[in-house]
Amino acid sequence: MNEMLLQIDGKEVKASEGMTILEAARSVGISIPTLCHHEKLNPYGACRICTVEVEAGGRTNFVPACIYPAASGLVVRTRSEKIDKTRKMILELMLSHAPDAPALKDLAKEYGADRDRFEKEPSFCILCGLCVRYCAEVKKKSAVGFIDRGPNREINFIPEIASKECWNCKECFPLCPTSYLQTAYHLTEALAFPSSSFLRTRLRGTPMLGA
Amino acid sequence: MDKGKIDKIIDKYEGDAGSLIQALLEIQSENRWLPKEVLAKVSKKLNVPLSRIQHIVTFYKAFSLVPKGRHEVHVCTGTACHVRGAPRLLDSVKDLIGISPGETDMDLKYSLETVNCVGCCALGPVMVIDGEYYGKMSPAKSEDVLKNYD
Repeated sequence: MNEMLLQIDGKEVKASEGMTILEAARSVGISIPTLCHHEKLNPYGACRICTVEVEAGGRTNFVPACIYPAASGLVVRTRSEKIDKTRKMILELMLSHAPDAPALKDLAKEYGADRDRFEKEPSFCILCGLCVRYCAEVKKKSAVGFIDRGPNREINFIPEIASKECWNCKECFPLCPTSYLQTAYHLTEALAFPSSSFLRTRLRGTPMLGA
Repeated sequence: MDKGKIDKIIDKYEGDAGSLIQALLEIQSENRWLPKEVLAKVSKKLNVPLSRIQHIVTFYKAFSLVPKGRHEVHVCTGTACHVRGAPRLLDSVKDLIGISPGETDMDLKYSLETVNCVGCCALGPVMVIDGEYYGKMSPAKSEDVLKNYD
């Protein structure tokens, strides 16, 4: 396999082809914060908390470390004033959705993010897609998925699949970086009121009705 | 709902997960909406999980998960149409067909939708019915236009 050399925070790091910056950094003990990353799942790059500064060919770019492939000659910085500012902003936006999530609180402390900066909109979900991807990629059941788009995006269980598969699985619950409240809520809704869960997606299909 | 035609569309794309959106679009234009049973069938035949289909059909505005009327009425409420009297036009259309934007009437005759611009601002206020453009509309003219549809 091809070996390449790159620099992360001043350290020379060896990486092999196909590795991401995140993997290369972790192999030498440099930690980059992640929320939507999971070893068993394909990289997704949803939360952007792993944003790092990459210098290649005289330009610097901000890229998500969990999906950016390592290449030789890259100069990566995992902490800088700009990165901290970016991460602080990302955290503040996520905190408006899940103000009391332990994982977010810890990061907020480190980056000085203010949980009250943006108006609260407690959906308890930061749309990291861990539950959705775990169900699809590892369990191969696809009982849970996203519906709608933009600010209205939410997770939703398919009642027919959930009633068969979810009772003795619920493996997606502990993956949740905020709290699995939202997952639990939507699962309960799908199981207890299958028609209302579907109705929700139907109303979403028509603007004006589904707010 | 014409089951045979829908089945034919689904059969055409059997096993071809990449053509999901194409298949859904064809069913949408054939049936004007996507019933749950049809989505379940598409999921089985094209081998795409239902949750993924649900994600896609709620993402694109072209798909409807509720029944749509035979005629789709779009009233433009873009800036140019707005200043030329779109709100009055919309009010009269709402009165004439008895539904608000986003709704479909009981006999599945009309679905009303507001749109933000149809790109012919000089003709404002504009109303589009089933792809036919009606420019320089007024509440009175809209009544005449709607009479031609049944």
